[in-house]
Parts: sequence; structure tokens; C-alpha cells
Amino acid sequence: MSYFGDIYKGIKTLLTGMSVTGKYFITSRKGAITQQYPDNRDNLKMFDRFRGEVVMPHNENNEHRCTGCQKCELACPNGTIEIIWDRQIDPETGKKKKMIDKHIYHLGMCTMCGLCIEACPTDAIKWAQNFENSVYDRTKLTRVLNKPGSKLMPGVED
Amino acid sequence: MDTTIKNSNLKSEEYFINMGPQHPATHGVLRLLLTIDGEIIKKVEPDLGYIHRSIEKMCERDSYQQIVHLTDRMDYLSSHINNEAVCLTVEKALELEVPERVKVIRTIIGELTRIASHTLWWGVMGMDVGALTTYFYGFRDREMINDIFEETCGARLTMNYNIPGGLMFDIHPNFVKRVKDFIAHFKTKLPEYDTLLSGNVIFQKRTKGVGILTKEDAISFGASGPVGRGSGYSCDVRKHHPYSALDKVKFKEILKTEGDTFARYQVRVEEMWESLSIIEQLIDNIPEGDYKVATNAVIKLPKGEFYQKVETARGELGVYVVSTGTKNPYRVKFRSPGFSNISLLNHITVGGKIGDLVATMATLDIVVPDIDR
Repeated sequence: MSYFGDIYKGIKTLLTGMSVTGKYFITSRKGAITQQYPDNRDNLKMFDRFRGEVVMPHNENNEHRCTGCQKCELACPNGTIEIIWDRQIDPETGKKKKMIDKHIYHLGMCTMCGLCIEACPTDAIKWAQNFENSVYDRTKLTRVLNKPGSKLMPGVED
Repeated sequence: MDTTIKNSNLKSEEYFINMGPQHPATHGVLRLLLTIDGEIIKKVEPDLGYIHRSIEKMCERDSYQQIVHLTDRMDYLSSHINNEAVCLTVEKALELEVPERVKVIRTIIGELTRIASHTLWWGVMGMDVGALTTYFYGFRDREMINDIFEETCGARLTMNYNIPGGLMFDIHPNFVKRVKDFIAHFKTKLPEYDTLLSGNVIFQKRTKGVGILTKEDAISFGASGPVGRGSGYSCDVRKHHPYSALDKVKFKEILKTEGDTFARYQVRVEEMWESLSIIEQLIDNIPEGDYKVATNAVIKLPKGEFYQKVETARGELGVYVVSTGTKNPYRVKFRSPGFSNISLLNHITVGGKIGDLVATMATLDIVVPDIDR
């Protein structure tokens, strides 16, 4: 092909490509997909199953569902979960029962694989959809999931 | 090539230069030791190990359920297919038959992963040869797939949705609708890929006849995936050794005989059409049933050696497990496609220019964590 033919073909294909970009340049305002984060923080809703961090829900009486069976600790691949437990006297039955003292969760190590939540027999832990986890000090990423003074919810057995 | 300047005392000589480990065109922490003469490449030596995390060794520590999440971190662009490979190996060893529903869902999400990987590759490929626009178009379509994954699996990239014996949870009620929306959307957008980039003269001049890999070399270097198929080597694991629901669907194995960069480009773009057709065939009739079969809480594989291969977006991924009958594997080996594909980089780029090296590397579609593991 001749020199000028090359130039002509080059410009032609360039314009073909630009017809696509030009189309979006004119119509993009309708279908823009850019999310204006963090300006849209108030109405930004994550999907229900989104894996943000592991939390332990408590009810209004400061009771959780964790029996201290340590299945989550065993299921965790890299030691993100540590459970400190003790045998305490159950006030209802008067017998000694395994109860958690601290359910420690190292968010900085967590790979969000979800195996702990699958392993939990009493649904004591679940995913929170929170994703803004940056802190200035990494010790803040170690969290105690059970609230101070919380108890096991009555009737939860593993 | 004679590079000495005529009638002058000036002489060119070979010199050595580092490309990477922190270089945008190497797509990660890959270091290339280049020996060049002017702009002509004399030798390319990939230096690996910058992102080695000893995943195979960590697998020996973990139980079979825990291995799955490590494979997300190998080839992160086809993480679902990596998970599937491990699960298929464990299921093969346990002689566990998973429900049809699981097989179909695994195949659908696997093909969505392939499209997501190829759209990202397409965007980056354009950027590597100097067309910045493609990046945004590739990511626009990939975003829809990532939303599907986030809604159903809970994560966008490292999904860990498969477990040995099935899936972690059932698909989201919106899954089918979203996938259908995506198919309708992508069918109108995929022709734009050709208009925007494939037909462009500048792009064709950068890619045609560059980095030629013959069929013989493709076989002897162990090339797989689109790299092998661009050279006419029929190596699609989905076709030759179908797994999950792939034996029920009709699709074409894309083969090109040119073996150059443009052929590998075409293979990937046409594969997206094939993946779309696979999803279309399956999405309307996902069988009812359980999403997993119960396994023991502690999975112990029988004594022996087990191997399963799957086709990821980059090629053939093999999982080789040696078990001594305990809850941990004795040895796990991943045959990753990226490692074999990077080994032929020296062979196909020597004699070319540095710019061609970047274009060739883009079509090898390397993911460095997959090479290093």
C-alpha cells in the first residue's frame, strides 16, 4: 500500500474508534457508573453478603450466642480468632459450664474467607458490611467481639 | 544486525538493564533482566521470587477446607476457577458426587470469571500498547460482573465461594436476573471492543507479526490457554477433559494459526463470545436441589496421589495432592499456567524491540502471584 494510502487508512480507523468514544462523550451523563465516594457515604449500601469484618451481635440484655465451643478458632486458617474461655458456674443450673471470657478477633490478619461463620453451630458471629477499617495504630485492629459484662443467651446450646 | 555507525568511531555495545520489579508494564512485581543492544533485545531473563508466599507449603499446614482460600491469592483474576480446581481434586479423592445444581452454578460463575479476567486483560492490553481509552471500557463491563460476585459470594475478587462438597451458600435470589442483564449488556458492548481497538491500524502494526510462537514451540514450552491456542495448539481443558457442567454445553474452541500477538489477542476476544454462549445455555435451567453435600467436619483423603486440571482464564491449572491419609495433605503442587507461559518469553521476544516486549507480555497475560505463588 502506498504511503498516502496508509495515512488515509490510519485516519479512517482512528475515526472509527473515536465514533465509539464520541458516542459516550455525548451520552455519558445518563449512564455514568462512577461512584462519588465518599460523597455518597450516606446512601451507599453494601450487599447483604458483603464480607467486611466479623462481629458478634448482642441483644438488648447484653447477651450473645457464643458458647465457647472454639469451632471458629479451629476453622480459621491463620489464627485470626483466639478464644479465652473458662469453666464458670451457670447461675440457672448451678453446674460448671464452658463460657467465653474473651473472643479475640485480629482484623489485621483476617483474610475474609468466611470459614469461621460457616463453622459456627449457634450463629454467634456474622459478617458486618462495614468496610472502612483503616486506623492509625494497628493494635486497634485487634478486637474483643464480646462486649464487657456480656453473658450467654439463655437456651443456646451447641 | 549491524548496529555500528558507518564511517565513525562510535560503536554500540550490549548492555544490561532491569525492567521491574516495580514497572507498570510487568503487571506486578516481576523483574526482567534485559540484555539489549540499542533497542534490540538480545536476552530476556525473568527473575522471580518477589511475591513468593510459599502457598504450597502453607497448604501442608492447612486442612482441605482451608486450602481453598489460599488459591484465591494465586491467580486472583480467576479465583473462582482456582477454588474449583482444589474442590474438584478433593471431591475426586473422596469419590463424592456433587449435585447438578452445584456443577451448573460453578460453571456459570467460572465463565463469568473468565469474562471478567479477559475484559480486564483487554483494557490493560490496550494500555500497554498506548491506547488509554480501552482501560475504562474494559473496567466498565467488569464492574457488572464484580457486582454479581459481590452479591452472591460476598467478595469481589477473593471469593472463596467453593467448599469441598459444594458451595458455601446458595446463589442470591437476584443472581439469575443480574446475569441475564449482564449478558444483554455485554452483547451490545463486545462489538465495541473490535471497533475501538481490533481494527485500529496503529494497534495492528504494533501486534501483527510480533512475538511469533510456533505450534511446536508452544507444545515444547508447555504453553496453555489462549497463548497455546493462538499458535494452533488445541489445549482447551474444558473441551478435552470436561469438568463440572461443561460436558453439557456446546462451545467452540478458538484456534488461530498465526501465533503472533494479534492472534492471541483475537483468541481472547472471541473466547468472551464463547463464554457468553456457555452462560446463556445454562442460566435458564439451573437445576433445583441442594447447594452442597454434607462432608465430615474433618476431611481426610484416602492414601494416594490425586490430580485434577481445569482451564483458568490463563490456561491449564493443575492441582496435585499427595495424601498420607491424615487431615493435612503431605504435598500440594500447583501447575500454574503463568509459570509455563512466562518461560517462553525469552524465546519469542529475542530480536525484537523493547516496545514489542511490552506488547508480547501483555498477550501472555501474566499474573505474577500465579507465577510465584
